[in-house]
Amino acid sequence: MQVKRGLAEMLKGGVIMDVVNPEQAKIAEDAGACAVMALERVPADIRRDGGVSRMSDPEMIEGIKAVTTIPVMAKARIGHFVEAQILQALGVDYVDESEVLTPADEAHHIDKYAFTVPFVCGATNLGEALRRISEGACMIRSKGEAGTGNIVEAVRHLRSILGDIRKITQADSAELFQWAKVLQAPLPLVQEIAETGKLQVPLFCAGGIATPADAALAMQLGAEAVFVGSGIFKSNDPAPRARAIVEATTHFRDADILAKVSRGLGAPMTGIGMDDTTKFAERGW
Amino acid sequence: MSASIVGVLALQGAFVAHERALRSVGASTLQVRISADLDKVQALVMPGGESTTMSKLLVSSGLFDVLADRLHDGLPVFGTCAGMILLATEVLDGREDQRSLGAIDVSVRRNGYGRQVDSFETDIPVTGLSNPFHAVFIRAPKVERLGAGVEVLAECEGVPVLAREGSVTVASFHPELTPDARLHEQFLRHHHII
Repeated sequence: MQVKRGLAEMLKGGVIMDVVNPEQAKIAEDAGACAVMALERVPADIRRDGGVSRMSDPEMIEGIKAVTTIPVMAKARIGHFVEAQILQALGVDYVDESEVLTPADEAHHIDKYAFTVPFVCGATNLGEALRRISEGACMIRSKGEAGTGNIVEAVRHLRSILGDIRKITQADSAELFQWAKVLQAPLPLVQEIAETGKLQVPLFCAGGIATPADAALAMQLGAEAVFVGSGIFKSNDPAPRARAIVEATTHFRDADILAKVSRGLGAPMTGIGMDDTTKFAERGW
Repeated sequence: MSASIVGVLALQGAFVAHERALRSVGASTLQVRISADLDKVQALVMPGGESTTMSKLLVSSGLFDVLADRLHDGLPVFGTCAGMILLATEVLDGREDQRSLGAIDVSVRRNGYGRQVDSFETDIPVTGLSNPFHAVFIRAPKVERLGAGVEVLAECEGVPVLAREGSVTVASFHPELTPDARLHEQFLRHHHII
């Protein structure tokens, strides 16, 4: 378990970037990404194109593995344990059981204990995070709203998860039973939070990060690393923006450095509002 | 007894876990991100993480040259995994632009033990410890050459995994990922910090 969980510790303070081809993977690594997420379409395009979104072609994942020396992650559909088996066989370093792809199972997530490859799962609130941990997830990320370039949902999810953790640390032992009921989460995990004040796996931020300031906001709120999806390669000038987000994630409390790295990056991705948006975040149970 | 502060390089990686281990054996710690932070510390831990990311951030933060000077002057340092890569004289399978500090005369191969699916944990005997240490290897670097002045403190299947030369100690594995802080304690005691 230390081996499975340990890699998430190594990714802390870093930026994991979505890439759709080897050229983008090189740009991400050159910019200082601590890992890449290999997928066929970034979330903004998945949103635009509609249809069923699935695991990437193994050939494409292998193409990205071949050009990078940093960890490579890939996405499987919620509940699609065969896609996860294939990703493990391909030797990817992390599987993201992701709501960005079309769910394959509307009741069950993957039994992640059945795998040697570690999993990251999205969550919108603490109950969801604890259910994923109870299934064997080694890392939790906020879901946010992928492909929107709008940080508002990620902030909502981080505040919800971390706010409830803060409340639980103040609860007495009788109240913990009620918390477990309300959160629909295993009691031992709730009791552990009351004791430690944190999730037992790292909490990263994903979904809507488009600027260095967005990344630093997530980190100051309490995320331990960030995923950037469409925000880099849907912007005008990906390489400098990628470098700036890496700097901002490291120096997230240093406003002077944040001001410096935020300069002259060109236009960020065009964000979209939440009103007429399909909510990927509602996928997951 | 002293007001010694142990810095933990906090550009990226497992720095929080190292701070926890160091504090558990009585050290005061400080996260180091810029050179002003480094000025305040009397020893440094360089954590695991992504060595290529840290190499870039060392340069962009202006820490690289300042740290090289401090290492030259004998700053006690403990580098684990990526930290070991950054301290080595030679990095194999690194990026062309990857810089290392050359503080300990070893050649290490990045990801020499393979990818995450090849990661493993095992108990190893360590010089100076009465019981074996549970070592966690994650996409670990492999030592392929040792300079004459480098002392091997632990081996795994005949390959050095914990080594020391002067003020520099390096490990292929992650002593910060288990509750056992004996290697942190050994490092601090060796340099009379606790």
